Amino acid sequence: MNFTNFGKYILLLKAAFRRPEKMKIYLKAIFQEMDFIGRGSLGLISIISTFIGAVMTLQIAFQLVSDLIPKTIIGSVNRDSSILELSPTISAIVLAGKIGSAISSEIGTMRVTEQIDALEIMGINAPGYLILPKILAGITMVPVLVIISMFLSITGGYIGGTLSGAVTAAEYMQGITTDFNPYTITVALVKAFVFGFIITSVPAYEGFYVKGGALEVAQASTRAVVISCISILACDYIVTQLLL
Amino acid sequence: MIEIKDIHKSFGDNEVLKGISGKFQEGVTNLIIGGSGSGKTTLLKCMIGLHHPEQGHVYYDGREFTQLNFEERIEIRKEIGMLFQGSALFDSMTVEENIMFPLNMFTDQARSEKLDRVNFCLERVNLEGKNALYPAELSGGMKKRVGIARAIAMNPKYLFCDEPNSGLDPKTSIVIDELIKEITEEYNTTTIVVTHDMNSVMGIGDYIIFLHEGKKFWEGSNKEIAKTDIQELNDFVFASRFMKAAKDKL
Ligand SMILES: Nc1ncnc2c1ncn2[C@@H]1O[C@H](COP(=O)(O)OP(=O)(O)OP(=O)(O)O)[C@@H](O)[C@H]1O
Ligand SMILES: [Mg+2]
Repeated sequence: MNFTNFGKYILLLKAAFRRPEKMKIYLKAIFQEMDFIGRGSLGLISIISTFIGAVMTLQIAFQLVSDLIPKTIIGSVNRDSSILELSPTISAIVLAGKIGSAISSEIGTMRVTEQIDALEIMGINAPGYLILPKILAGITMVPVLVIISMFLSITGGYIGGTLSGAVTAAEYMQGITTDFNPYTITVALVKAFVFGFIITSVPAYEGFYVKGGALEVAQASTRAVVISCISILACDYIVTQLLL
Repeated sequence: MIEIKDIHKSFGDNEVLKGISGKFQEGVTNLIIGGSGSGKTTLLKCMIGLHHPEQGHVYYDGREFTQLNFEERIEIRKEIGMLFQGSALFDSMTVEENIMFPLNMFTDQARSEKLDRVNFCLERVNLEGKNALYPAELSGGMKKRVGIARAIAMNPKYLFCDEPNSGLDPKTSIVIDELIKEITEEYNTTTIVVTHDMNSVMGIGDYIIFLHEGKKFWEGSNKEIAKTDIQELNDFVFASRFMKAAKDKL
């Protein structure tokens, strides 16, 4: 995204946040999008988080060869890295693929089949009607998914650790409960909020300005996912730097 | 009444419209005709603000449109009904939801009232009872007709139709033409229809402008068009052998 594109993106967002024509219709759209983003991604996020938690535990145990370090450390390292980095960032990247491509192809198809023109002719603010509900659903549901992901990642660590014998249940439980800093949750939620915004707004932008046909819609989807992922990682760094 | 003055529009090096002016009165069906690629759709889109003409003005009953910002345009757009060449139905919505959509957005009517309006519009385009179908389940001609039903749902003051009867059988074509004419006369609508269907030209063309090579080549009524001697217009209107024979008989 170069600077003119970035300017266009900002202007599109400004248009999206204009006052809605009919609150009731927007609310309905927001709930639909929340359902799509939230419930629709729950299964995927659950599976991924549980496995990542389990694998993380095994790896930490594998690297902790020294007898001087207590085994309880496995639980607390897994907890902190899940909360701070793995749950928000990996969830966001997975969601960028799943939700981002859907948003961009939906809006892009509406563009090339003149459905967006039809909205505009009716006097409807197309960016508002199409994009605002998605952004609002993204910034609310991605944090919810991230919280679920944290919980499952830590649970996955318990399952993986105890099944493989890398750590006992008591050690793991003690690990995840000692020295817990609730501020890490705040950092994770700020990240999730920012990522939720990126995952919905960047693909919406890519779709909204598609010109051409099916091929261009597909290219826009690909671009949307790539740009979202890069933006997620860049913002991940910035937020971490600012808040930790 | 809609008035256009000196509309210019290019796409890159392709100068599509080279200064088009005209006056479209209310209560009569105005047609824009011309060969494929002559810029009919482009002219229509310039008039409603989907394309930005490099030069020229559009007046809706004296209100200049091209200079307005988004909010100011909304007031005029609420009075516009538009049928797109490709129908442009919302494909995530059923026929009923498509037609009801502008009513939902801009009116506070009760659901039953809106439903009555939807059914009334569907009846007028001969699609009674198709409420629950999705656009993907319709034929091309049916989509066109739903597009018309959606365009007239809000009782527009200005009605634009881009090839309302391409893809329709001759009988339905005439039904649609008659419908457009009826609505225009009944509600005193300013109606602009883009077409290259000669039956429509002869049947409902109260005022016709003929686009050729980016210019308004000719204007007049369907009665005058039959008598014209202009070569380019004759080539266009009486291209088919059937029409030529009909003309010779006149
Ligand atoms: N979005 C666009 N970008 C670039 N060129 C365009 C665009 N839209 C139309 N054109 C060009 O403008 C010219 C006129 O196109 P337009 O769609 O207005 O024709 P038309 O008279 O409606 O034809 P038809 O009867 O086939 O629908 C064509 O040469 C076309 O290539
Ligand atoms: Mg056309």
